[in-house]
Amino acid sequence: MKILAIDTSTYTLSIGLSDGDVVLAEQVTNVKKNHSTRVMPAIEALMSEVGMKPRDLNKIVVANGPGSYTGVRIGVTIAKTLAWTLNIPITAVSGLASLAASAPLIEGLVCPMFDARREQVFTGLYRLSNGLVESVKEDQNVPVVDWCQELLRMGEPVLFVGQESIIYEQVIAEVMGNAAAFAGKSVPYTRPAALLSLASGMEQDPSQVVPNYARLAEAEANWLKANEKKEKSDE
Amino acid sequence: MKKDIFIFGIETSCDETAAAIIKNGTDIIANVVSSQIESHKRFGGVVPEIASRHHVEQIIAVFEETLEQAGLTFQDMDAIAVTKGPGLVGALLVGVNAAKAIAFAHDLPLIGVHHIAGHIYANRLVQEMSFPLMSLVVSGGHTELVYMKEHGSFEVIGETRDDAAGEAYDKVARTLSLPYPGGPHIDRLAAAGQDTYSLPRIRLEEGSYDFSFSGLKSAVINTVHNAEQRGEKIIPENLAASFQASVVDVLTEKTVRAAKEYGVKQVLLAGGVAANKGLRASLENAFGKIESIDIMIPPISLCTDNAAMIAAAGTILYEQGKRDGLDMNGHPGLDIEEF
Ligand SMILES: [Zn+2]
Repeated sequence: MKILAIDTSTYTLSIGLSDGDVVLAEQVTNVKKNHSTRVMPAIEALMSEVGMKPRDLNKIVVANGPGSYTGVRIGVTIAKTLAWTLNIPITAVSGLASLAASAPLIEGLVCPMFDARREQVFTGLYRLSNGLVESVKEDQNVPVVDWCQELLRMGEPVLFVGQESIIYEQVIAEVMGNAAAFAGKSVPYTRPAALLSLASGMEQDPSQVVPNYARLAEAEANWLKANEKKEKSDE
Repeated sequence: MKKDIFIFGIETSCDETAAAIIKNGTDIIANVVSSQIESHKRFGGVVPEIASRHHVEQIIAVFEETLEQAGLTFQDMDAIAVTKGPGLVGALLVGVNAAKAIAFAHDLPLIGVHHIAGHIYANRLVQEMSFPLMSLVVSGGHTELVYMKEHGSFEVIGETRDDAAGEAYDKVARTLSLPYPGGPHIDRLAAAGQDTYSLPRIRLEEGSYDFSFSGLKSAVINTVHNAEQRGEKIIPENLAASFQASVVDVLTEKTVRAAKEYGVKQVLLAGGVAANKGLRASLENAFGKIESIDIMIPPISLCTDNAAMIAAAGTILYEQGKRDGLDMNGHPGLDIEEF
């Protein structure tokens, strides 16, 4: 069972290969560079390094967002096209879930976070126990302060992971006080091994795999707003 | 016996998700286009982010239907050709990365194609090209005269200095409160009207093959505005006919002059605006009188964006040994003379 894992939902490029039980290779680059030119060459190089051919693959697992729209699309497009054309199953998992799963040996609530700009974040709440990750609050695009107030009401400590949570460390601490702990530096991004460990999730038809942007396109949001107003004034 | 060449083409540069299979650069084996136009209508134009989202949702279904139509698999293909520019960058990246994944999975050569080269090569799906030739490329984003002395060689001898012809059509359509996309509506109205508004023909300086449509667009807006102020009613059919006559006159005149000066054997019409009936009729009429020059106008389905044209152009590049690597990028402003 040879599995390829791809996560390009932030500027971090994470690729992993396993034979089902053992992680054979991981590649992470954490620099702001163009995914479009780098993902396929990175996959090709990593596979050749471990002596794997495309047709050896049995499964693909991909992070389908939320995150950078373009980044998510590049990863999803490559993953679904590969899975479809190689006729192998694909599992799409949340990039936030795989970031949460990258926190080692934690028991309890973990909050992965990507910056979404304008004091907003892409985030969700997960519970890690016995090395398994379970969704507690679904992935969303939310203002940081609102989100922290919601987390505070859980009445449990929360571990924040992901390097982009560092941007909001002060804001989070102000709302949550001692209920917040920070591991943005030691768990900065998704480990490919964590994404590979989620490969046993639900298999999907490659043609049906789509990004989860957790946010409407701006034009669509504006259009909906304008039409709501129109409906109200028509009443 | 020479082996047949099968090229799988992919096009996602704007708002059509398309794939096709072409044999020997000339025969359409499969041609699938999934249009997003309904989705963009409510915004009055193509929204790049929405276009990218649709591409990633539709692309596998389009690929599947293409292989099904052809009854072929990627094992039968010689290469994957994909539009690498120009176009909307987010939209291009979906096609480019899908193409790379297929090329990698099946160890096939990867060929990046210039979108406008594709439009020109749509003609080869109808009739063999003979060189030298002149191509008039008119679309929402382009108005160019491209001289080709041989396959794969493109020299832009004239281009628009402001709006593309298609852009002017959309803007004039908006002035006349016609729905998006405006081109076909103007064309339809024009057929029912007369050239009565005596709009300017903008020819630029003597001898230039460049175009300019923004002055004409302003003249239309002023005409509407002045009529409103005088309390007169505009006759939309006549205004559409006058606008179209001005565009078509200039396009035809410069194309004829360029074709003669460069001594070409063929003139090709290419791009989405090539679907315009007024332009087709005018060019057919003008070149019908010049025996030494053939005019070629592809059927409307091949004028608008499709992947058959990308595979057709890709075939020539394949034969010329041009290849792209897995690090190929999308190039929103790709230059046809350098690609
Ligand atoms: Zn086009």
